[in-house]
Amino acid sequence: MSATCLEIRNLSAVLANGQRVLRSVSLAVEPGEVRALVGESGAGKTMIGKAVLGVLPLSVRIVEGDMLLEGENLGRLSPKARRTLIGTRTALIPQDPLTALNPSRRIGPQMTDRLVRILGWNGERADQRIRQLLEEVQIRDPDRVLKSYPHELSGGMRQRVLIAAAFAAEPRLIVADEPTTALDVTVQKQILRLIAQLQREHGTAILFVTHDLGVVAKISQKVSVLYAGKVVEEAETAALFAAPQHPYTRALMAATPRYTDPLASLKPVDEAVLAGLAAEIAAADRAWRPRHG
Amino acid sequence: MAEPLISVRGLKVALPDMTRKPLIGRAPLAEILKGLDFDLPRGSVTGIVGESGSGKSTLGRALVRLLEPSAGSISVEGRDISHLSEAELRPLRRNLQMIFQDPMSSLNPRRAIASIIAAPLKQNGLGDHLKTRVAEALQRVGLPQSFASRYRHELSGGQRQRVGIARALALSPKFVLADEIVSGLDVSTQAQILTLLEKLAAEMGLTVAFISHDLSVIRRLCRQVIVMREGRIVEASATDALFENPKEAYTRDLIAAIPLPEIDADWLRPATKAPA
Repeated sequence: MSATCLEIRNLSAVLANGQRVLRSVSLAVEPGEVRALVGESGAGKTMIGKAVLGVLPLSVRIVEGDMLLEGENLGRLSPKARRTLIGTRTALIPQDPLTALNPSRRIGPQMTDRLVRILGWNGERADQRIRQLLEEVQIRDPDRVLKSYPHELSGGMRQRVLIAAAFAAEPRLIVADEPTTALDVTVQKQILRLIAQLQREHGTAILFVTHDLGVVAKISQKVSVLYAGKVVEEAETAALFAAPQHPYTRALMAATPRYTDPLASLKPVDEAVLAGLAAEIAAADRAWRPRHG
Repeated sequence: MAEPLISVRGLKVALPDMTRKPLIGRAPLAEILKGLDFDLPRGSVTGIVGESGSGKSTLGRALVRLLEPSAGSISVEGRDISHLSEAELRPLRRNLQMIFQDPMSSLNPRRAIASIIAAPLKQNGLGDHLKTRVAEALQRVGLPQSFASRYRHELSGGQRQRVGIARALALSPKFVLADEIVSGLDVSTQAQILTLLEKLAAEMGLTVAFISHDLSVIRRLCRQVIVMREGRIVEASATDALFENPKEAYTRDLIAAIPLPEIDADWLRPATKAPA
């Protein structure tokens, strides 16, 4: 059995009309490591997260490739076995905590039920664990939060609740899908700090989906840069920021605003870079012959 | 500096607080803006920054008189517009235009782009030479003429926002309110739209209020900045001064919370009180 937490090999997916949305994606996440998936809209970064969790929309079909969770081939599992992995060995921190929570139930029962249902715990044990978790995510008045409805909490507070829920069963891998995009910058910083701290303490591997190179720089150790469902560059995060190799990565960095260097940032992406990318993708598609599908 | 285009004095805005509305009867008023004083100098871009709930969008809406202030005054070229009626405002609206955050919901899905851009022209009695004026507006924002006959859903996010800009600028207004106009866009598109706005503002001598939550964008685009929090102005100054020497702790926190795209191992360390 390999020690790698998640390994994706050559994963390709198509829409019903045959259009490729993932183009032979390969990447690995080692135990306890944060790998960022960064790209603009349509890059397929969320799609990869969904593929790993086994919650792809019905319109997307995986036609090639393997996903291994701690050496176990996810493609060979039955859909039911796949589902039981979510919340136990894998978990999701979603972008929008408001839609991820049931609006008509108080936080406490909502969270307890999850643990009872997914992990088969009794109510008392689930209750205790949740209090412990809320403490870990630095919620100061757990009683108030447990009695609240989701809409009564601030965005940052809701995200803390969902982070607690994600870590509840000590999963090996968490998919964090733009978890701070909807938050104010000061709250974003607190939440990133919290995720980093819990991740370190629990030794959890995270696949961190984001569009923000700033967030990538702060949270991840490794990074895959995606464009149109293709990994265009992969590197250790420090190396990527020290010397980005792919023209698209460089263009993305130049387009990202930074207050320390206002004149050198916010550069529109050069047409030549986009043309180069289109050619690269077209060439990859011509050479591509799915093994099955 | 000459007289400012817009002067705001003691501005207060109160809106009905629907979370405290009784079953029967009116919702009580909640004060969103709690007394603001500032000037928008002619021909320059002013950034308005704050977190959610700071009142920055409410302020924007009051500036273009989509909301009526509950106290204080908003003077445009010396004339107080804070309590003018809709009929009195109509001739002034030509000079107070707005670019919206989400071009998808602010462009009519059933109208062609040409008709969307033409609408404010017709409203303001500029219905002659419509075709030429629309063509100019498209050209100004860098869209091909063929887009005139397209519809909203046929455009990308960046192109839609260009249409939003074309519509706002078709009347050559004096003042433009830009409320989070790039927050829904990818970084590469964001850069294009901001560069375009910067260029047009300079060419047309526009006075712009640029509302954003992103201080990095503000630093690039704006000459002065107003930092808001909970309906009050925390700090207002020239952009360079604000970044180089922020006076208020809140401003410093806001700046420090921006994740810069560069490696900084200390950034996520738990907060330790920095020596003052």
